[in-house]
Amino acid sequence: MSAKVNAALPLEYQTEQNRMNILGFWVFLGAEIVLFATLFGVYGVLGERYAGGPTQKDIFIIRDVLIQTSLLLTSSFTMGISIFEMRRSNIKGMLMWLVFTLLLGGGFLFMEVREFIHYVHEGATMQTSAFLSSFFVLLGTHGLHVTIGIGWAILLIIQILQRGLTPVTARKAFIFGLYWHFLDVVWIFIFTFVYLQGLVM
Amino acid sequence: MDQHSKGFPISHVIGFFMSLVLTFGAAWVALQTSLSMKAVMWIIGTLAVVQAGIQLYMFMHMNEGEDKVANNINIIYSAFIAVVIVAGSIWVMTSGHSH
Repeated sequence: MSAKVNAALPLEYQTEQNRMNILGFWVFLGAEIVLFATLFGVYGVLGERYAGGPTQKDIFIIRDVLIQTSLLLTSSFTMGISIFEMRRSNIKGMLMWLVFTLLLGGGFLFMEVREFIHYVHEGATMQTSAFLSSFFVLLGTHGLHVTIGIGWAILLIIQILQRGLTPVTARKAFIFGLYWHFLDVVWIFIFTFVYLQGLVM
Repeated sequence: MDQHSKGFPISHVIGFFMSLVLTFGAAWVALQTSLSMKAVMWIIGTLAVVQAGIQLYMFMHMNEGEDKVANNINIIYSAFIAVVIVAGSIWVMTSGHSH
């Protein structure tokens, strides 16, 4: 790590190493955007190939989708507050908001798994049609990211409890924050171009 | 950066409130109005892009730090590639057979 520490900046930006790590994570998010773009592209092409199976209108339940969206949106907000508290060197507040974020993320995952189980009971499985294959791959990839994010944050909380707030743990928390907000950005597009569009069609 | 480190997280609260308005606004436009499919998609698509911008600039602090220019170029370029992949795929796969 660079010995040059600029104490005027927030903890996560104080060393050259940290700035490079954060920039590198932005580049990774650029690659993630392209990953999700390919899945949206597939869904956009196959979304109306029902093969005699159910359509979006047959299976989507808008109330549950709005609850999921609210949970994830709120978790993105609490994540932002967590980083805000981190910048005030308030570890307690930071961890409290991070735990809220995880609970909301867990609630989102619970709703999504329940939604998938409901679809399968209705006979809408990955094998049913091209629409459902592309739907489950797109939504599943997003849900997998959320699941990985929850595991990541739990490890992060353990490390912050052990080491306290240092430029290294602050940088890790900040990068996790970027990841979590990014998942909300992806969800906005799923909400708009999968759920809402499916219900308008 | 100063406004992030002390006082009340006002930009986060504003961003959260705007996100909620945009989300439920999009749901309302899509489900409660009788606009054409095309009009609805343009409106809610625009709302989605605005909301993504709120996340990037108000929550992810994309415009702070020394690397903000690199961040902006990176994300705008990625968004461009995303549009090319999605719009290009749909265009190629739906217009080819019928001509």
